[in-house]
Amino acid sequence: MISLKESKRSALVSLWFMFLTFPIMVIKVDAIEKTIIWRWENMFYVGFGSFILSIFGRIFFERQKNRREKQLSEKIQQHNLIQILLREPKYLYPLAAAFFLFALTFPHLFSTYQINVMTTALMYVVLGLGLNIVVGVAGLLDLGYVAFYAVGAYSYALLNFHFGMTFWMVLPLGALLAALFGVLLGFPVLRLRGDYLAIVTLAFGEIIRLVMENWNAFSQGPSGISNIPRPGLLGFDLTLNQAITYLYYLMIVMVLITIFVVNRLQNSRLGRAWIALREDEIACQAMGIDKTKTKLTAFALGATWAGLVGVIFAAKTTFINPASFTFLESAIILAIVVLGGMGSILGVILGAIILILLPEYLRALSDYRMLAFGAIMVSMMVFRPQGLISNVRRHYQYRPQKGEQE
Amino acid sequence: MSTPILQVKNLGMRFGGIKALDDLDLDVNSGEIVALIGPNGAGKTTFFNCVTGIYNPTQGDVVLTPPGTPAIRLNGLKPNQVAEKGMARTFQNIRLFQKMTVLENVMIGRHCRTNSFILGAILRNTATRQEEQETIHKSYKILQKMGLEKHANDLASNLSYGAQRRLEIGRALATEPFLLLLDEPAAGMNPQETQELIKLINLLQREGQSILLIEHDMKLVMELSHRIFVMDYGRRIAMGTPEEIRNNPVVIKAYLGESADA
Repeated sequence: MISLKESKRSALVSLWFMFLTFPIMVIKVDAIEKTIIWRWENMFYVGFGSFILSIFGRIFFERQKNRREKQLSEKIQQHNLIQILLREPKYLYPLAAAFFLFALTFPHLFSTYQINVMTTALMYVVLGLGLNIVVGVAGLLDLGYVAFYAVGAYSYALLNFHFGMTFWMVLPLGALLAALFGVLLGFPVLRLRGDYLAIVTLAFGEIIRLVMENWNAFSQGPSGISNIPRPGLLGFDLTLNQAITYLYYLMIVMVLITIFVVNRLQNSRLGRAWIALREDEIACQAMGIDKTKTKLTAFALGATWAGLVGVIFAAKTTFINPASFTFLESAIILAIVVLGGMGSILGVILGAIILILLPEYLRALSDYRMLAFGAIMVSMMVFRPQGLISNVRRHYQYRPQKGEQE
Repeated sequence: MSTPILQVKNLGMRFGGIKALDDLDLDVNSGEIVALIGPNGAGKTTFFNCVTGIYNPTQGDVVLTPPGTPAIRLNGLKPNQVAEKGMARTFQNIRLFQKMTVLENVMIGRHCRTNSFILGAILRNTATRQEEQETIHKSYKILQKMGLEKHANDLASNLSYGAQRRLEIGRALATEPFLLLLDEPAAGMNPQETQELIKLINLLQREGQSILLIEHDMKLVMELSHRIFVMDYGRRIAMGTPEEIRNNPVVIKAYLGESADA
C-alpha cells in the first residue's frame, strides 16, 4: 500500500520536524542550576509521531486520488453507498423498519436521562426540517428562526396561564401563530436576498426575544413563566417518568408527520417553485412563478414547525424564559441544516441527532467538550462542505398515456 | 397572418440620464418570426426586459393581444404576470435552474398553468396526482421535441452548451406562450448546433408559434425571419424584410461605420 519511496519521504518529513522542534523540545535551560538539560527522548517522540502522521496522510491522499480516478472512469459520482441504500426499496424498507423498532423500544432500554436527551434531539430534528424548507429548499438564509420557536412556546405558556387552555388545544394554535409571524417577517424581506436577508431575520429574532425580556406585563420578563402543565393523556395522571416517556413517543409521532409532510412538499409543484426560486430568482419569475406567494409560503410553512416544537418545548421543560431563545439556538438549528446537507431530509435528521447528542456524550471529555465539538464541525466543513448527505433530485418516470403508441 | 399580437408604441426607458430606449415602435403579427438586430449595446436586451416586466418602461405602451381575447396593456405588470398572459422568454446568459433535473426545469414552466397548492401537495389527492401526471407528460413531450428526452433525469448543469440553450427554449414553451421571445438563442453555438436550432425554430413556426428573437448570427436571422427591426442607440433605425434590410445603407452604416470617402 505504501511504497519505499513514500516512506522515505515520510522519514525526511520526520527528520525535518525533529530539526525544527529541536530548540524547544530537546534543549531546556535550567536557569537556577545554570545547566542545559538535553531531553533526547522528546526528539524520538516528535520523530516517531510525525513519521506516523505523515504516513497516514499519504495513505489518505493516495486513497482519495484512487477513488476520484475510479469515479471518473466508472461514472458513479452520484451513486455513493448511502444513495444506493436510499434508492433501493430492498435495502431502504428493512433499514427504516429497524430504525423504527429501535426508536419504539428506546424508552424501555435506556434511562430517563437518555430518553430526555433523545427527546431534545428529536425536537431539533423537527426544527431542522422546518428550517430546511426556508434555508435548504427555498434558499432564504434565515438567522432568526428561533423567534418562531419562541412564539410557539410563549403562546402555550400564556394561553395556559391566562385562559387555562390545554396542550392539545394550543398545539395547532401555536403552529398557526408561528405561521402568521412567518408571513409577518416575510413581507418586509420580500425584496431582500443573501446577506441583507440574513441581517433582517437576525434582527427579527432578537426583537422577539427582547420584547419577551422587557415587556413584563405581557410575558413576565426575564423571570419567565413556570408551572406549565405537561401534555395530558386522556385525563390520566402520569408520573414524571411516564410523562417523559409519553413526550418521547409524542416527538416520534411529530418527527414522522414532519418527514411525511416535508417530503411531500418538496416533491410537489410548490416545492419545485421553492427550488427554482433558490436557483435563479429572475428566471423563476420569468417562468410565471409568483415570487411573493412562493416566498411567503416558504416562511410560513417553515415557521409552522418551529411553532409546534415551541409548544412541545414549553410543555417539556414546564418553564420558559427568554434565555432559551437566544441567537445561539438559531445558529445551532442552522448548523444542523448545513451540516446535514441543505435540502436533504435524511441529512438534516442525521445532522440534528449528531449535533445535539454529540455535546451530550462528549461530557466525558468535560472541559474539552466544546473544543472537540468545534474541531468536529470544522473538519466536517473542510472534508464534506456539501453536508453529510447531499440532496438528490427525484427522478420522474414518464409513462405514455393511453392511446399513444410508444 | 396579419393580426398583431404584440404592439409596442413610443417605448422609452431611462436609467438616470441615460436613454437606453428612445421612442421605439415594434409589432409582431400572429404566426410570424420577427428579428430584432443591432450592434452591441443598442438596447435590444433592455427592450426585452421592458416588454417582459423585468423593467418598468418610463414611457410608451406595450400591448399584448392574446388570440381571441381583448388587448392587455403590459406596462407595470410583474414578470410572472406577463408569463401568465402568454409571453415567455429565454435569456442571453443562460439562466437554467442548475441543480434541478432537465425534466424539472421544464416542469417549472408548467407552474403558471397548474394550481395545486399546500393542501394538495400534502394530501396528494386525485386532482393533484392527475395534475402532476399531466405536468410530467406535457413536459416530457416538450423534451422530446427539443431532443432532450435522453437527459430527462440529468442535472441541467451537466448538459452541453447547445443543449442548455434548447432546454431554455423548452422551459419557455412549457408556459404555453403564444409569443416566444428568444434572446440570442444561437450565441456561443457551433455551426452544427446553429443548424439544429434553425431547424427547431422552423418547426415551431410551422406549428403556428409566433417568435420574436434577438440575434447576432446574420445567417440565422436572414434565413428565418419574416421581418427585421434594426436598432441602434436605443432607437429604431430600420424595418423591413430580410432583403430590404440587407441593402439598407443606414443599417450597413450602423454595423460597419461610415467609410472615409463617403
